[in-house]
Amino acid sequence: MSFVEYLASRWDNLLETSVEHAEVVLLSLAIAALIGVTLGVLTYRRPAAAQTVLAVASAVLTIPSFALFGLLIPVLGLGYTPTVVALSAYAVLSILRNTIVGLRSVDPAVTESAKGMGFSNWQQLTKIELPLAWPVILAGIRVSALLILGIAAIAAYVNGPGLGGDIFSGLSRIGGANALNLVLGGVLGIVLLALIFEAAFVLLGRLTTSRGIS
Amino acid sequence: MIRLENLSKTFPGQSEPAVERLSMEIYEGEIVVFVGPSGCGKTTTMKMINRIIEPTSGRIFIEGEDVTQADPDKLRRRIGYVIQQIGLFPHMTIADNIATVPRMLGWDKKRISERIDELLETVGIEKSYRGRYPKELSGGQRQRIGVARALAADPPIMLMDEPFGAVDPINRERLQDEFLRLQSEIKKTIVFVTHDIDEAIKMGDRIAILRDRSAIAQYDTPERILTDPADAYVEDFIGSGASLKRLSLSRVRDIEMADWPVARLSNSHDVVREKLRRSGKEYVLLLDGQERPKRWVGADDVALDSVPLASAGWPAVAIVEESSSLYDTLDTMITSYKGSAIVVDERSRYLGVVDFERVLAAIETMRPHNEGQPARGGA
Repeated sequence: MSFVEYLASRWDNLLETSVEHAEVVLLSLAIAALIGVTLGVLTYRRPAAAQTVLAVASAVLTIPSFALFGLLIPVLGLGYTPTVVALSAYAVLSILRNTIVGLRSVDPAVTESAKGMGFSNWQQLTKIELPLAWPVILAGIRVSALLILGIAAIAAYVNGPGLGGDIFSGLSRIGGANALNLVLGGVLGIVLLALIFEAAFVLLGRLTTSRGIS
Repeated sequence: MIRLENLSKTFPGQSEPAVERLSMEIYEGEIVVFVGPSGCGKTTTMKMINRIIEPTSGRIFIEGEDVTQADPDKLRRRIGYVIQQIGLFPHMTIADNIATVPRMLGWDKKRISERIDELLETVGIEKSYRGRYPKELSGGQRQRIGVARALAADPPIMLMDEPFGAVDPINRERLQDEFLRLQSEIKKTIVFVTHDIDEAIKMGDRIAILRDRSAIAQYDTPERILTDPADAYVEDFIGSGASLKRLSLSRVRDIEMADWPVARLSNSHDVVREKLRRSGKEYVLLLDGQERPKRWVGADDVALDSVPLASAGWPAVAIVEESSSLYDTLDTMITSYKGSAIVVDERSRYLGVVDFERVLAAIETMRPHNEGQPARGGA
């Protein structure tokens, strides 16, 4: 069966696993964004604390993904949960780093005038600093999204959802019927998802960034 | 209005205080200028008034109320704040920037919107700018919006930290003049920080010349500081040309203006010739429909009916507003072709003409202040 014939016969299945793949990535991304932005907000004014959390997040990223998934099995078992945990852990670093950089790059004159006008710390953060840092934070989320789109394929190792299943089963019986098509299909799905994510981020950036800072 | 009592500030990690036991009273409706060399603590002192910098010791009273322990956010909403870099919120429109404090104070939408229009008019920015962003504005416009934003909730007190410091010299003059005109209407109590003694003399109803640790070298009106400096430090700080600087304290509206023959651009050549002849002067000033001076014409320029008045003679330059200082007026006159300056009101309508003689006469009347004072070598 040629790859085109394979796609024609299996496209509904591929679409389903692609949606699963996108879902698990989006969920992990949301969790990572929550953690990354929160840690960034808590530490951007405290250099020592910021250094520490950045070092931890960087260290996580150096753990080979196979190993991390494997290490999570005894704790979290197989399936959806370890997948989300591992992907979230990988996605934190660039979101955290960009949050810290973005918040620190807000013009001190702007924060001083906000303070001078009677903004509380919370108002200053939510109305001034986060909106101004937002394009940088969003860029961090985008980088993380691309990173974990790829890593999510490895989740098949712990029976996670997504396109990794096709790739793994294809690779395990390479030379057999349709083995190469399975791998190619999975890879193609991930690449297409990446393009869709990129487009979505560009759109999101336009919609959520003030015209005054774009 | 504002009373500072034994105010001190020592920054963490420093052995010397930045401000030491400063006590002073700032009167209602006045512009008080803190002036001194950099590092003298003037900005620190100002920032303690709205507690952007918390004093180490001492007390701050506003309208008789001790605000040293008050909720700082609430305190700051009662005090307008303008800094040198202005710090407009770049992600918000001009309207939203101005609306900041009124929104925090819970004004209703209609009232806020009306206030925005009113303030834009006050600072001379078109209403069509409401929806624009700060990056679309020039430096001078941003500065005006900064003032409008600080005035939004009509605070009785304004703190201004070198507000015109980042603007080019030409715009600075204009903004200073505009601000003084505005202040003559709004009568806020203003604390104004600068390192420029000339700006202090121009803007201040009262000047506090500060030395190290915000110690007051002299706190007095500009006139008295210029004519009677307290000590050598003050003299030094004023620098040379105190008498000339004195000129910057008198307004051209306060001196007698010469009556000059005027005609309209819309008049016939005959009318202009007739006015010229009857006045006995060499030139007549032509005004447009809105009373704005446009051209100077002499007998030769209107001899031919075929030359339209709008292009006859030469353009009326050397125009000063009635609120301009004698210093600026003299400056304009020196550079003008005829050695005289046309005085107009704030809407550029003709009021009169001043020449050297009139200014010299005004200087004569100032002289008694200086008599009996030995000439002090400031230079």
